Amino acid sequence: MRVAVVDAGGANLGSVAYALQRLGVAPEVTASAQALRAADRVVLPGVSTAATVMRRLRELDLVETLRGLRVPLLGVCVGMQLLFEHSEEDDTPCLGLLPGRVARLPDAPGVRVPHMGWNTLEPERAAPLAEGIGAGERAYFVHSYAAPVTADCVLASAHGRRFAAAVQRGAVAGVQFHPERSAAVGARILRNFLEGRA
Amino acid sequence: MLSRRIIPCLDVRDGRVVKGVRFRDHVDMGDIAELALRYRDAGADELVFYDITASPQGRSVDRGWIERVSRLLDIPFCVAGGIRDVDTARAVLHAGADKVSINTPALERPALIGELAAEFGVQCVVVGVDSVREDDGRWRVRTHTGDPERTRAPGRLTLDWLAEAQRLGAGEIVLNCIASDGVRGGYDLAQLRAARTACRVPLVASGGAGTPAHFAEVFREADVDGALAASVFHAGVIEIPALKRYLRGEGVEVRDA
Repeated sequence: MRVAVVDAGGANLGSVAYALQRLGVAPEVTASAQALRAADRVVLPGVSTAATVMRRLRELDLVETLRGLRVPLLGVCVGMQLLFEHSEEDDTPCLGLLPGRVARLPDAPGVRVPHMGWNTLEPERAAPLAEGIGAGERAYFVHSYAAPVTADCVLASAHGRRFAAAVQRGAVAGVQFHPERSAAVGARILRNFLEGRA
Repeated sequence: MLSRRIIPCLDVRDGRVVKGVRFRDHVDMGDIAELALRYRDAGADELVFYDITASPQGRSVDRGWIERVSRLLDIPFCVAGGIRDVDTARAVLHAGADKVSINTPALERPALIGELAAEFGVQCVVVGVDSVREDDGRWRVRTHTGDPERTRAPGRLTLDWLAEAQRLGAGEIVLNCIASDGVRGGYDLAQLRAARTACRVPLVASGGAGTPAHFAEVFREADVDGALAASVFHAGVIEIPALKRYLRGEGVEVRDA
């Protein structure tokens, strides 16, 4: 299986690639549209900001390639936020593969932003990506912005408000948490993604 | 619900984990990756690697071991020590660290915090603060604490510095209370409570853990997001699975190992 990890300059590129290697695949870290089109699975990681990653995707001329992919795509963290129409972070237009707008998590008493640490997952609806993940299992989150709980949400979490922890619509999927740093839960999610049908 | 984090801190020298006795006479404790995985298996929520050679000697961090740890480890980890500029931070983050922690360099040049936040996002930027209560009853920072003979007192009030660090882009604060560090008499609750009111970002307590009750106390009374400790874990005085069972019994939200 050819797995491509999009090199959009995010710092967790290596970590995501290593996590895939732990599952026995040899991912190709690439910024080439051709390589993405030739892949069986595409992972879009992203640490930094929505605007930075979108700018980089435009510079690399990857926006239309990502929009036109037929194979399963997994956005991780900022990479998941970019799947939506728009992010409030620097007022950034995103890929628009999923309906909805990404907004900042609210500052509230006892609610620290960035949301950092292991939070519980609540299954929203059954989906191949979330198979085997039970209510109350935990994943590692680090973020200040989050996507809304829409019909595409398969796992929800809450920090100040409820937000989408994992989404899936057809071949488009995303996780707000870091599967590469979420121990067994993270490995299960990545395996589900690799094994899921296109 | 977000769990409170238990964070073992490992001192690294020349690619090995070491244990310092009064900052001197470092005893070799083993291979970094092996110890990292042992703590992961025990249920550590996150690890901090403090490169004790890089900081006082003005050397840059060796990224070889960071990459090795990142390949194996499936929980987050932070690297501290020797990070003075954006390029070094980039090398450390690209080698696989999830966060970088800066302490003395941030006090020497606060703009560094903003530079790192702009480049990598606030979630990658941890500001470590060493602090002690002075004779006038106020807490002030210390720098160069990696080497007791070089430790300096720049006169900065701790609470002012916490506010400025967050304004510049710190995504997390680790407050090391020097007076309680290594004594195992409990975290400095008064100081951490004061810091809590000054922190809207996550706050991690450091210095003083000696018993499981100290962890329960610091979570309950200072409302910190994480508790960092070194010697009690390394010496086996506290085992993380037992600590978490105890904390759960005390009503503290923790992650199952």
